[in-house]
Amino acid sequence: MKNEVEYSSVTEADIRFLRDAVAPEGKVYTRAEIHEDYSHDEMGALHHFPEVLVETVSAAQVAAVLRHADSRRIPVTPRGQGTGLVGAAVALHGGIMLSTARMNRILELDAENLTLTVEPGALLMEISKYVEERDLFYPPDPGEKSASIGGNISTNAGGMRAVKYGVTRDYVRGLEVVLANGDIIELGGKVVKNSSGYSLKDLIVGSEGTLGFVTKAVLKLLPLPKKAISLLVPFDDLATAIETVPVIIKSKYIPTAIEYMEKPVILCAEHYLGKKFPDHSADAYLLLTFDGNSREEVEAIYEKVAEVCLESGARDVFISDTDERQVSIWSARGAFLEAIKASTTEMEECDVVVPRNRVAEFVKYTKEVERLVEARLSGFGHAGDGNLHVYVLRDGLDQETYQRKLSEAFDLLYSKAAGLGGQVSGEHGIGFAKKDFLEESLGAVPIALMRGIKAVFDPNMILNPGKVC
Amino acid sequence: MKIIVCIKQVPGTTQVDIDEETGVLKRDGVESKINPYDLYALETALRLKAGCPGASVTAITMGPPQAEQSLREALMMGVDDVMLVSDRRFAGADVLATAHTLSQAILADGWETGVILCGQQTTDGDTAQVGPEIAEFLGIPHAANVTAIQDFSAGALTARVDLPATEEIIRIPLPCLVCVNKDIHTPRLPSYTLKKASRGRKVRMVTLADLPDSDPAHYGLNGSPTQVIRIFPPEHHVEHERWEGDPEALAGRLYDNLRAEKFLA
Repeated sequence: MKNEVEYSSVTEADIRFLRDAVAPEGKVYTRAEIHEDYSHDEMGALHHFPEVLVETVSAAQVAAVLRHADSRRIPVTPRGQGTGLVGAAVALHGGIMLSTARMNRILELDAENLTLTVEPGALLMEISKYVEERDLFYPPDPGEKSASIGGNISTNAGGMRAVKYGVTRDYVRGLEVVLANGDIIELGGKVVKNSSGYSLKDLIVGSEGTLGFVTKAVLKLLPLPKKAISLLVPFDDLATAIETVPVIIKSKYIPTAIEYMEKPVILCAEHYLGKKFPDHSADAYLLLTFDGNSREEVEAIYEKVAEVCLESGARDVFISDTDERQVSIWSARGAFLEAIKASTTEMEECDVVVPRNRVAEFVKYTKEVERLVEARLSGFGHAGDGNLHVYVLRDGLDQETYQRKLSEAFDLLYSKAAGLGGQVSGEHGIGFAKKDFLEESLGAVPIALMRGIKAVFDPNMILNPGKVC
Repeated sequence: MKIIVCIKQVPGTTQVDIDEETGVLKRDGVESKINPYDLYALETALRLKAGCPGASVTAITMGPPQAEQSLREALMMGVDDVMLVSDRRFAGADVLATAHTLSQAILADGWETGVILCGQQTTDGDTAQVGPEIAEFLGIPHAANVTAIQDFSAGALTARVDLPATEEIIRIPLPCLVCVNKDIHTPRLPSYTLKKASRGRKVRMVTLADLPDSDPAHYGLNGSPTQVIRIFPPEHHVEHERWEGDPEALAGRLYDNLRAEKFLA
């Protein structure tokens, strides 16, 4: 959204109001007390401090804060754990940062409806631990386990299990949302089916805090699969590995995850973790995971897929079926992002998603981009759902050269993805970083619709201004 | 050159209940796996073999017939040969009787020289005694707590041994036995192609009748000087304290507590 709105600065009177509104359990921090962490997220390049940081403990407190901000035209930036990668949780226009840190309770496990009701600040790792101890399963599995569920809902986070189970939106049954004017509304609920008008709940999911502030979510759970086995499949080269993915999908034995990885990234993770990967025989690997209720059931499925891989040119298929083996592979996989980050001076990410049968083409193109712009690109990703994470690394380049090469590389990558029928963001969202690319990719009409929706929800433009559209 | 690896099948998870009356692990319905420490021994053996033309690796295990599964997994990792040491009369063996049985099986297999590799310990028994005791029964030198094998040539191996306060580099003449520590090498994963290749393969079985010492009094419960009087799960004492307040004050308090508990000097 173009921001021609004039915002008010936060005054002493506003701070007094906020302190009263969130007392006694909530907290208000003024500029000098706000930690540097709150001036940025994991995007790195974007820094801006809010004028005041507010931690509320209830929907009623959130409503009081938003009502006040709306009447005063003070911008409000929602904040979870700040693990986002596109600057969505950065207070571009100052104002109030509204943190969910103190709204982090797991409120109810409903075993009869298989739902879990949580507050937005609950961490993904707390949720998965809580439900898995009770033999239940919250399938969305983004890599960043210290993210909050509110942040996951805001970006419609994906993760590795999307191939079989889908993404965050598929597991949000209901939401309690505070609107910009302070109204508290309930959307969806514990129902399995719902044909009752426009799905506002689904509109809120993925809206990155620009339409409303989520204060409660009802999540859908599944019974926990009892057995998970991974296959690490070595290939001579990346092209052969990636070209095998659509063949696996076509075989109808769907893994929960299909990841691809290349030797340089694995070596980087080994160096970062100080631990060796169990195999070094190949230049490229696919990592597949299967789950089910017994070893026999999972074996019967993975053997079919193992055959498919061998027919498609895999050198072998390695089986990871115990906790120790899973750790030896997945600890490396889990460290890729941090390891790549540690290997360079600065990096920016392209989180495109393309149709699954075009993944190979796109990955090959990234190699071409590397040559064209003469910068190091590193990547890995969810080959099974077409969502790729490609990083443009600065290394020893000076800032000006890097910015130029970065922009060239991103232009090439996004236009290639668009040409293949892809989208700008697979799971990280648009935030501030990808706004221009979104507009370019969607075109004028969808963007105008989005802005119209924004204007209905938030006529004074106080909610997370400068983000998404 | 024959490299022997002793492996054991252990419960697949750490959450195994103990029958408090009999003191026996409740293994029913619990999946089994190769003792994780033995995977390091297998990996070390396969690496020694790779640098030693003509060498072969044999995995042996003592256990009930279903322990065959762990040997099949060793084949999937790339060992050349496997041997199951199994007899009802071996049941109830303590560390001494187990070490005696395994050493007898190794002799029965015609082993004369080379290396025997063991994992440092098992995740179910945790004694770390069976490896060194096998060496004593065979009358060969051994080293435990080995964190690296630096050289393997000219009839000897050079091992790095982690002792509580020091580290030793020792050279041991063959034949010898080595117990390897965790993380000596990341174990390779079992291979699906080797799984297919070894699918119909029969696993060699050795029983009491095949051993040089066939006196049943030396095996199983009869041959075990250790008497288990009672096994019980450890009691857990976990105390939680919750502090709230100013970060500076809390940090100071945490520092004082850690010092008082002697976690900090």
